[in-house]
Amino acid sequence: MSIRPADFIEARRRRAAKPKGARDKRLDAAEAVRLVRDGDVIAIGGCCFSRTPMLLLREILRQGRTGLTLARNLMAIEPEPFLVAGAAHTLITSWMGPGLPWGLSRVLRHYVESGQVRFEEWSHLGLGLRFRAGAMGVPFLPTLTMLGSDLLGVGGAKTMACPFTGETVALVPALFPDVALLHVHRADPLGNCQIDGYVHMDPDIAAAATTVLVTAEELISEEDTRRHPERTVIPGLLVDAVVEAPFGAFPGECYGLYETDFGFYDAYAARLAAKGLDGVREFMDEYIYGPATHAEYLARFDPTVLARQQQYARELVGGEPL
Amino acid sequence: MSYTDSELLCVMAARQLRDDQTVFAGVGLPLLAVALAQKTHAPHLTMVVEGGVIGAEVVPGRLPISTNEMRLAHRALMLPPITDIFLLAQRGLIDVGFIGGAQIDQYGNINTSVIGPYERPKVRLPGSGGANDIASLCSEVTIVTVHERRRFVPRVDFITSPGGLSGPGARKAAGLHFGRVARVITNLGLFGFDPATGRLRLDALHPGRTVEMVREQTGFEVLLAPEIAITAPPTAAELAILRRLDAERRFL
Repeated sequence: MSIRPADFIEARRRRAAKPKGARDKRLDAAEAVRLVRDGDVIAIGGCCFSRTPMLLLREILRQGRTGLTLARNLMAIEPEPFLVAGAAHTLITSWMGPGLPWGLSRVLRHYVESGQVRFEEWSHLGLGLRFRAGAMGVPFLPTLTMLGSDLLGVGGAKTMACPFTGETVALVPALFPDVALLHVHRADPLGNCQIDGYVHMDPDIAAAATTVLVTAEELISEEDTRRHPERTVIPGLLVDAVVEAPFGAFPGECYGLYETDFGFYDAYAARLAAKGLDGVREFMDEYIYGPATHAEYLARFDPTVLARQQQYARELVGGEPL
Repeated sequence: MSYTDSELLCVMAARQLRDDQTVFAGVGLPLLAVALAQKTHAPHLTMVVEGGVIGAEVVPGRLPISTNEMRLAHRALMLPPITDIFLLAQRGLIDVGFIGGAQIDQYGNINTSVIGPYERPKVRLPGSGGANDIASLCSEVTIVTVHERRRFVPRVDFITSPGGLSGPGARKAAGLHFGRVARVITNLGLFGFDPATGRLRLDALHPGRTVEMVREQTGFEVLLAPEIAITAPPTAAELAILRRLDAERRFL
């Protein structure tokens, strides 16, 4: 178990000791990912198919990091290459699956059932409160969820009698990830981030982590940020690296910009069904290790599909009835 | 009028919802059930979804497959952070939650985590997601599931989401002062829980279903209500609405 009683003190010291200057933090993906070390606990922003920081995840695999723990509230297929590559030994999550039409994750089953990977399961709120406690800098938060269930015993939650009312409450320990990976709509060079639509758990994850790497669909100027400070949902002072990455969450979605390409997930599932883990390895060669740059990665997708997914996204947001 | 089991489940789930309620729904059949209720008897029903959505509208033919994608945000009233959407339930704002499950026991406890021991499971299932939170925090929970003997087991291998735990009084003793699994809707019938024992009780059968069929598909003894009602079959109007929502029959 990764929980130590003094974690919150060390976590604050680590955070407080970092440079916080309002400086230009623009890097390319390879430079940004050099801030990730073997053995890190990595929190992944977005949720399931939404705003998954695909470019940063690919780059971590390309740079061959190992011994990782991945933490994300709901996981789709993005952890599967990490399991197949032997890069991650622990998953901290409330749920992992390829998506409703595709059933259980065969990759997850293989690695967890054989004991090679540990699955630390929390309820969705339980994990959310772990990130929030981290963001608040406190060692734990009380909650009424998970009480009476077997989830209490899996990840190290505890119960106690409330010191004020005497009633039983559950306590979840803060989670302080070493690194947070986020994909946002817009960021300026100082790292100030704007997100359209769902923020999911990103602001909490950013504040809980020690190091924050951001990819953005669009780089904006500091002046753009100053014109609309109300749009900043993650302050630049938390952020270490800003990487420009249009379609940075593709084939997943980015709210209002492009919808998930479910055809890609169909093809992935079909290849996995036909070839097992070798199917995933083929996919990794094609989409992760093969393309040297993000532009080369995007070139693997049919441009008419990208345009279609953009059109679908525009139809869904903005309040006009479909 | 013929209909599939999925259509039957949707219609029966929709009919359990009342106007002016708030409901926590997952994707698939629960989402369709809520949309159906809104278009029939419950126009003031508000749907909340765990990806962080209040009051979105379901778009026919564009049904979401996860609880946190743009398709679920169409014309939403608010997109709060995920943690905060669950805190609304903890605060007491959500009347009804819908969940399903790989295993359900006679007290309404649900397992969506593992078949076999946790550390070396025979089958690693996807996990709780928000199901535990819905079962812990909503004022009442409806389980919607296909009725199969392998699902209806005497004891779940792992309590992912609390139903009645070990029976009357157990939730309160664990610290769960609010909420309960109120009913189970299957393709065979409607079930409640016996107040004295906390055990699953058959309250109504769907047309053409029998007590014997329920017994065959249940791995424990099902209690029977003193009078077992027969549900009214799905109407043409209900089915038409569902089939327009899911014309591709992705879930129906």
